[in-house]
Amino acid sequence: MDESTELGEAATAPLMAPLEVAAPAADVSSREVVFELRDVDIFYGETLAVSHVNMKIHKNVITAMIGPSGCGKSTVLRSLNRMNDSIAGFRLGGEALYHGHDLYASGVDPVEVRRRIGMVFQRPNPFPKSIFDNIAWAPRLLGLKANLNERVEKALRGAALWDEIKDRLKQSALGLSGGQQQRLCIARAIAIEPDVLLLDEPASALDPISTAAIEELMHSLKSEYTLVIVTHNMQQAARVAERTAFFSLDVSDGRRKGVLVEYDDTDKLFTRPADKRTEDYVTGRFG
Amino acid sequence: MATAEHGDLLSQGGANLRRRRRVDRIMRGSAVAAALVAVAILVIVVASVAIKGASQLSISFLVKDPVQTLQGVGGGIANAIVGSAVVVAFAAAMALPFGVLVAIYLTEFSNHSTARAIRLVLDLLNGMPSIVIAVFCYGLIVESEGHQSGFAASIALAIIMIPLIARTTSEMLTLVPRDLRDASYALGISRWRTIIGIVLPSALGGILTGAVLAIARAAGETAPMLLLSSVYGNNTTVSIFSGAVPNIPFDIYQDSESAVPALHAVAWGAALVLVVIILAGNLGARTMLARQRRKMTAR
Repeated sequence: MDESTELGEAATAPLMAPLEVAAPAADVSSREVVFELRDVDIFYGETLAVSHVNMKIHKNVITAMIGPSGCGKSTVLRSLNRMNDSIAGFRLGGEALYHGHDLYASGVDPVEVRRRIGMVFQRPNPFPKSIFDNIAWAPRLLGLKANLNERVEKALRGAALWDEIKDRLKQSALGLSGGQQQRLCIARAIAIEPDVLLLDEPASALDPISTAAIEELMHSLKSEYTLVIVTHNMQQAARVAERTAFFSLDVSDGRRKGVLVEYDDTDKLFTRPADKRTEDYVTGRFG
Repeated sequence: MATAEHGDLLSQGGANLRRRRRVDRIMRGSAVAAALVAVAILVIVVASVAIKGASQLSISFLVKDPVQTLQGVGGGIANAIVGSAVVVAFAAAMALPFGVLVAIYLTEFSNHSTARAIRLVLDLLNGMPSIVIAVFCYGLIVESEGHQSGFAASIALAIIMIPLIARTTSEMLTLVPRDLRDASYALGISRWRTIIGIVLPSALGGILTGAVLAIARAAGETAPMLLLSSVYGNNTTVSIFSGAVPNIPFDIYQDSESAVPALHAVAWGAALVLVVIILAGNLGARTMLARQRRKMTAR
């Protein structure tokens, strides 16, 4: 396996410790396409925030979006499940396709979109309810009332939280630690059996041990769900994702806009990046 | 020479500094005095009502209807207490859902300019003199029905309560953190379900606080009672649609104007009951609000 850090013409040694890179998935690009972004431009009012994004996200694969702050990674992520709708002036140009269907077509109900494409946020945000009710509340409302106890248990097991809290399901979720709360949020998201899970910097507010737990959790989740993660931590992307998209800022024509610079298998992006900007970022020369 | 110069500067600074210090002391003293006067006014009012009304306080004062015989007056103000409770409760039953719905629209659904317009309307309604509201209800209900009614008084009180409830509820709803709503939306839950299942329960303590404050205010409003529910007898009645209902504010007014001196004491007693209700409501509301704030910021 050619994992040596070979960086083309780079004369200096890489500035960071050798990466543990996730083993490249066998033939990722041949798997079913879940999302396809075609020439996607994102506007806030008149301002072009992200420009000309073209990428395909594949099933049961962890795709990471990395890049410096402000380059639109979270914006693109939130566009995948219509969470940007509530932001004033938001407009998406181009096509964002989910299993071939345009997410932004006029007849599409954003509530239905989010039913299938769930999201976990940067700061854990459990409801001020008991642990059980946090998980059971949405399934109840969505008509998934049968076998609620089993559903809750399965979700908590799936989030590697069951053993820790099975005796305190009726206690308030606000009493859990940060790492536990975030795993609870993941359990809450998978309890409604979504197709996709979007994670917006899920471990950035957590300590290293909780972060490691979340990363391990993501590996076990990808067999059932498609995961897309935004992270500002390159090493995390390298550890977790099979495919990585590098976003950056383009200030060439006087306007600051986010652009997708390179999107490839993770090991290739980190060891043999095609674009110089990618190379500069992953070697720590900027960012 | 240098010392002489410096000496001059210091002495000039001295006079100036002394004047500034004096002004500072006067301003601070005035502020403290004003605060003390404000506290003193409350204390004097509550104390005089308490002192003058204490003689009336007894269980029978609270549970017996007034009695007027040739020998004199006696009994209590039970009819007024029950009547006020019924009229205010009916008003609250109308004002609470209405006020909460207005607040929900204000914070969750309206755009910036609509929200500003609604807030202005609520502020204007809040500042409307209660006598004006009472006259409005008189023309609307009493004239068309041909008689006074506790119901008309309830409508007037509801109009008074709605802006209070809407404003406090709206403020409590905006305190609910955005990421709680985001969490619910990301689960494929609709907006209304999010409001009812997550936002409202989180803000409930604050909403109830606003409700209690509005109720305490409504219990003491006299102008509506004067015009809409003032012709009543000594018996306890709860039928608010058929006629006027006895109530505490009008009792206080009528008894204090009475030619019978004994009724003046009854007026003080009723005033004390009202003050106790208002104080208990306000203090209870503050405690609930403090608890609500602690719950919200505990995350």
